[in-house]
Amino acid sequence: MRPFHYERPRALEEAIAGKTEASRFLGGGTNLIDLMKYDVERPASLLDLNRLEGLREVERDREGTLRIGALVSNADAAAHPLVREHHPLLADAILAGATPQLRNMATMGGNLLQRTRCYYFYDRLTPCNKREPGTGCPAKEGVNRIHAILGTSEHCIATHPSDMCVALAALEAVVVVRGPSGERRIRTEDFHRLPGDAPERDTTLDAREVVTAIEIPARLYGRHHTYLKLRDRLSYAFALVSVAVTMEMQEGRVSRLRVALGGVAHKPWRVPEAEALLEGRGPEEARFGAVADRLLQGARGYGHNDFKIGLARLAIARALHQAAAATPQSHVAKRIA
Amino acid sequence: MPDDLSPRGPETVALTLTVNGASHALRVPAWTTLLDLLREGLGLTGSKKGCDHGQCGACTVILDGKRVNSCLVLAARSDGSEVRTVEGLASPDGALHPLQEAFIKHDAFQCGYCTPGQLCSGVALLQEGHTRTEDEIREWMSGNLCRCGAYPNILAAILEVARKEGRA
Ligand SMILES: Cc1cc2nc3c(=O)[nH]c(=O)nc-3n(C[C@H](O)[C@H](O)[C@H](O)COP(=O)(O)OP(=O)(O)OC[C@H]3O[C@@H](n4cnc5c(N)ncnc54)[C@H](O)[C@@H]3O)c2cc1C
Ligand code: SF4
Ligand code: FES
Ligand code: FES
Repeated sequence: MRPFHYERPRALEEAIAGKTEASRFLGGGTNLIDLMKYDVERPASLLDLNRLEGLREVERDREGTLRIGALVSNADAAAHPLVREHHPLLADAILAGATPQLRNMATMGGNLLQRTRCYYFYDRLTPCNKREPGTGCPAKEGVNRIHAILGTSEHCIATHPSDMCVALAALEAVVVVRGPSGERRIRTEDFHRLPGDAPERDTTLDAREVVTAIEIPARLYGRHHTYLKLRDRLSYAFALVSVAVTMEMQEGRVSRLRVALGGVAHKPWRVPEAEALLEGRGPEEARFGAVADRLLQGARGYGHNDFKIGLARLAIARALHQAAAATPQSHVAKRIA
Repeated sequence: MPDDLSPRGPETVALTLTVNGASHALRVPAWTTLLDLLREGLGLTGSKKGCDHGQCGACTVILDGKRVNSCLVLAARSDGSEVRTVEGLASPDGALHPLQEAFIKHDAFQCGYCTPGQLCSGVALLQEGHTRTEDEIREWMSGNLCRCGAYPNILAAILEVARKEGRA
């Protein structure tokens, strides 16, 4: 690791005031320290957030909105009784990712801001538009098995690797951030961005803003949810394709459907028109294929990742089936119901 | 990003750390990981460096009661913490931890390189209570790789202790 300056701000305001383009906030460090060892991240200084007060709470307000502080560890969030009772989908998605050791360190804020696992991004010896804008994207004609099939641009075809964020997209969560000019609330949908012609920017967060919390509105999906993650191994591997579903039911009809895909784009992928195909009617299996087709409209492969299109289509139909049947995918017993 | 890499301030960080019951007051360069501090600074070479990137689990230690990959923890961040490493699993009188006994009984290692991490992870796992079924133990031990493939024996060792403690 290159030398850097380490600071431990005592208050949020101090952390924000001390932040520059060349410094980084330190959460769990599981992504940042790793990238610093690869010399991909070269911060002049680290602002360690871990001693800050007020960012470790999990609370539920009178409207049922769940608020999870940015420094709550992934492990604590997944184990928290309020999360398990009201948003089991979030707990399942978190537990489908990484390992117990990593989840003990990883924070909610850091998980949102983790960077792509594109091999070229990690390898300083190759060009990469995300790491060094303007140098090119070798993944397009290179090894791209793990890369995106939706929302790509000629400049970058990377995916966002987080499992948690796919669940947050299906839950229509809001990211609460604070910067020099105060607090902002950003819908998860608008938080991560597509690569376009600026793949170096993963999110719409400003360099001086800090994530303070994640808020999830009340939803009554009961057991009609699932997080289905398909990967090369049964444990401890990033998703090739994942699907998060919440299906709210009223008198046998789907009153609200939310479907988000992971592993296929630069951000969790949602298409409201696809969700509308099932809303207002029974969860008819015969229509699941149409929902999948609408979600995958415009998908294209780059060679090694062509298989993801067919895999995603099947995974979406299966996940809808699991949500309709109220049999969420277990992350311990791996059999796919 | 500007390439100004010169640290603007003190390059070393003062910290106190309790390791296996002994407290230490130290000054380390800011970029020292907990793993390097344990191994190079304190001579506790039980914790192993397999990948140095959070991928193998050989460096697993128990930090303030929770298992973590010490290769990704900045030492500076663990200021004031309590660390338990494989060297601290046995009792002070030398009696092995029940899981260490079970590893010997079930032949749960070959080369032994992953073993300190497996043991720390397993001890934490027993505390967490995710040992109700074999599937559950496998999933919750998935962060510890073993190139020798001693997995069935590691599983058997953990399961035996979990059963004895009424956790399986
Ligand atoms: C071997 C391995 C396997 C993994 N497998 C998976 C997997 O299967 N699924 C999955 O989803 N993830 C996986 N991960 C990734 C893991 O989930 C992330 O590394 C973790 O969530 C990042 O959180 P952190 O707190 O450690 O972030 P850090 O490393 O501390 O930070 C990440 C980024 O966020 C910034 N940041 C942190 N907190 C804040 C804040 N509050 N406000 C503003 N900026 C902030 C940092 O500056 C940095 O740029 C894996 C990681 C490893 C090493
Ligand atoms: S896909 Fe994106 S991250 Fe990967 S090499 Fe291309 S520009 Fe870089
Ligand atoms: S050395 Fe830390 S996980 Fe491999
Ligand atoms: S015993 Fe050799 S790596 Fe596990």
